[in-house]
Amino acid sequence: MLESLLAQADMNGSVNVAINIAFGIIATVMIFAAFSVVTTKNVVHAALYLVVVLAGVAAQYILAAAEFVAVSQVMVYIGAVMVLFLFGIMLTRAQIGKEEGLNNNGWQLGIPVALLLFGLMAYVIVDTYEDTVIGERTPFATEGISDQVLAPFLVPFLAISFVLLAAAIGAIVLARKD
Amino acid sequence: MLAVNFLLLAAVLFCIGVFGVIARRNAVMVLMSIELILNAVNLNLVAFALMNNNQEGQVFALYVIAIAAAEVGVGLAMVLMIYRNRKSIALDELSEMKG
Repeated sequence: MLESLLAQADMNGSVNVAINIAFGIIATVMIFAAFSVVTTKNVVHAALYLVVVLAGVAAQYILAAAEFVAVSQVMVYIGAVMVLFLFGIMLTRAQIGKEEGLNNNGWQLGIPVALLLFGLMAYVIVDTYEDTVIGERTPFATEGISDQVLAPFLVPFLAISFVLLAAAIGAIVLARKD
Repeated sequence: MLAVNFLLLAAVLFCIGVFGVIARRNAVMVLMSIELILNAVNLNLVAFALMNNNQEGQVFALYVIAIAAAEVGVGLAMVLMIYRNRKSIALDELSEMKG
């Protein structure tokens, strides 16, 4: 990895150090917060750590030149989904604060599964993309997304609108008191 | 900027999400872990869009965001219904359909 970074430096004259440092800081915060989501004993804290992860993902989208997706991420996830989660927590339990019994009896089984999965994925990723360098890109125009959505991906777009409608009606029917 | 950076970060998030789905007993926390997994996939899609200089990946990421919103809405409604019927959302207690 280091060699390819140095090779990029030779080619372009300079590595974009700022982007790499920003990526590293955001990634560290995200991994810490994601780890806290699955290990904390407080359900509300888990939801708030999830906000950190989602905001970090939005920041990574901006680093990856995808501003429209980043804005959608902030509005849909941090704005809407998190409120849903907080309502879900509030409506399903009265207990505030630490709580026992959040984990299954056999929760340790998850550790080897996750480690094995990560080992396999990391091996494959590093093996395939070890030397792939993402060069400097001018940001994509948002217009390009609308061109894609409204011409080649129109049918899935309409399908998703029906799915959202069905999900909204289904959620109302399920959660209704009667 | 190396492609491996984004892909490895997404892999870490994905594995943490899988661990959460396996380890957690509370249904709401399992839904949160599923959100982690979906975000890892989205990060991959956007990274590949950047790598190939092609916006289709971003379009797919937007569609995944829409589906995730629908999924979490229905999922939380189901959790709410289960809680109303059983006064508990512990997943290992839902064993009526066990043979």
